[in-house]
Amino acid sequence: MSVQDLEKIFQGKIDDEIKIEPKDWMPEKYRQSLIRQVSQHAHSEIVGMLPEGNWITRAPSLKRKAILLAKVQDEAGHGLYLYSATETLGVTREQTINDLHSGKAKYSSIFNYPTLTWADIGAIGWLVDGAAILNQVMLTRTSFGPYARAMVRICKEESFHQRQGFEILLVLSTGSKEQKEMCQDAINRWWWPSLMMFGPHDSESTHFDQSMKWKIKRKSNDELRQNFVDMIAEQVKVLRMTLPDPELKWKEKTGHYDFGEINWEEFWNVVKGNGPCNRQRLEARRKAWQDGQWVREAAGAYSEKRKVRSQAA
Amino acid sequence: MRSQSTNHLINYILHLADDSLILGHRNSEWCGHGPVLEQDIAITNISLDLIGQGRNFYQYAAKLTNESTPDPSFAATEDTLAYLRDIRQFKNCLLVEQPNGDWAQTILRQFLFSAYQFYLYQQLQNSNDETLAAIAEKSLKEVTYHLRWSSEWVIRLGDGTSESHQRMLNAIDELWVYTGELLIAASYELRAMSTQQGVDLTILKPKWEEKVKDIFVEATLPWPGERFQQIGGKEGKHSEHLGYILAELQYMQRAYPGCEW
Repeated sequence: MSVQDLEKIFQGKIDDEIKIEPKDWMPEKYRQSLIRQVSQHAHSEIVGMLPEGNWITRAPSLKRKAILLAKVQDEAGHGLYLYSATETLGVTREQTINDLHSGKAKYSSIFNYPTLTWADIGAIGWLVDGAAILNQVMLTRTSFGPYARAMVRICKEESFHQRQGFEILLVLSTGSKEQKEMCQDAINRWWWPSLMMFGPHDSESTHFDQSMKWKIKRKSNDELRQNFVDMIAEQVKVLRMTLPDPELKWKEKTGHYDFGEINWEEFWNVVKGNGPCNRQRLEARRKAWQDGQWVREAAGAYSEKRKVRSQAA
Repeated sequence: MRSQSTNHLINYILHLADDSLILGHRNSEWCGHGPVLEQDIAITNISLDLIGQGRNFYQYAAKLTNESTPDPSFAATEDTLAYLRDIRQFKNCLLVEQPNGDWAQTILRQFLFSAYQFYLYQQLQNSNDETLAAIAEKSLKEVTYHLRWSSEWVIRLGDGTSESHQRMLNAIDELWVYTGELLIAASYELRAMSTQQGVDLTILKPKWEEKVKDIFVEATLPWPGERFQQIGGKEGKHSEHLGYILAELQYMQRAYPGCEW
């Protein structure tokens, strides 16, 4: 069968909403595009453990400590599913991780911002996980089967994460003067970076048209960002806090909130490695991997010995 | 006025709670930094179990405290007990507050402690204090897994590569000195034993030694035998490490007193 015919069958499946599975024929660019996106997603889960992990030993109550620990552990689990999904596309976990450590692969820029106060843990849950969920709910319908299925599992846990984040802020918002200030300050710092999570404007997005045609993405960056603003602008009222955007305004005519322009210079700077914590995050991941080298070697050597022994027996 | 025997029981429970919390805290420092993702998840799981056990014990200690000193201006809770006592009031053993070191040291610390906690909870299930017996029964399921997981890792590292073997030897050198304290009863443990609320540590000792010996043999690690032992943690005489653990653990409650979180 010619490549043209294979491509036609492939696009036919996509158009008919039939999932593409690992053993199916797929265009090389589709495979590469997915490897890039799924591995980036996996790395985001793993690097994302660091800013929240920063508060595990300092959580203000035993209950909060346990919830936070469980939450960060969930992120590790998400990383695992996603590395497995990447493996179905023919790259090993080790290769994928090496690409992160060399700087070749990216992860979500949001995790290059520091968690300075306890309220940041609430803001991450509410805003960052909130933004991630919108993207991930869309991805439960993505065309590649293993990725879509991983997303179904992940979405269930993420909605719990968002609720716990909101609940942290809700308690702060009804607390002492310092707690209220802490709450507002965290919202102020995390709001714009959260909007940046949806990526550049559709007009600037390099992979946009192809991703939509292949149904890897099902909604555009700007569409998702608008959904997010509409959702958060309402929820923030419950907290009796404000979003740091003087242009934020409900528009009856469109049925959406208008909002100000993102600082794209900051966005590209952080993407290029100049965010407040880019170096530290990557360094922490590299260090964990390097320090673990002898452990992985020992585990490998031991399982090899066992195999030999059981064959000899 | 609180009776002497209630005081001893509360101290005994706080000792059990502090052991679990402090080791849970140490293990939680690994979260996000483990040598491989699956093990990052495993050590975090163990950390969560230990913090959960600590919470059960603290809640019970708080209840007994409030019943015996009905001071409405200050009610004890799991959080006041964990976050508002200072270093000299903490009753955890020295072993659990030791730094994580490398993976070998963390694994060995977990194994030595889980082997102790396994037999401890096994006995504590027979406590004539129903709450303690119930917590022990529930926790034993978790500790059974901790013991299996850490035993497997001791064997894997001991019998892995020459580097991992050497690192296990270093870990033994570092930690063995803190094992004796696990099985030497503090005053409140003796009292709890005499009232059959607590556990007789002399029964535990041979079981613990047998378990550790078996695993060391399989791991091709030498039995360290009699060595000088550091004690004091259970009586509030800690290593300098605990002060820094508490500085982190208690930071928020100390910086913003009297808040809800």
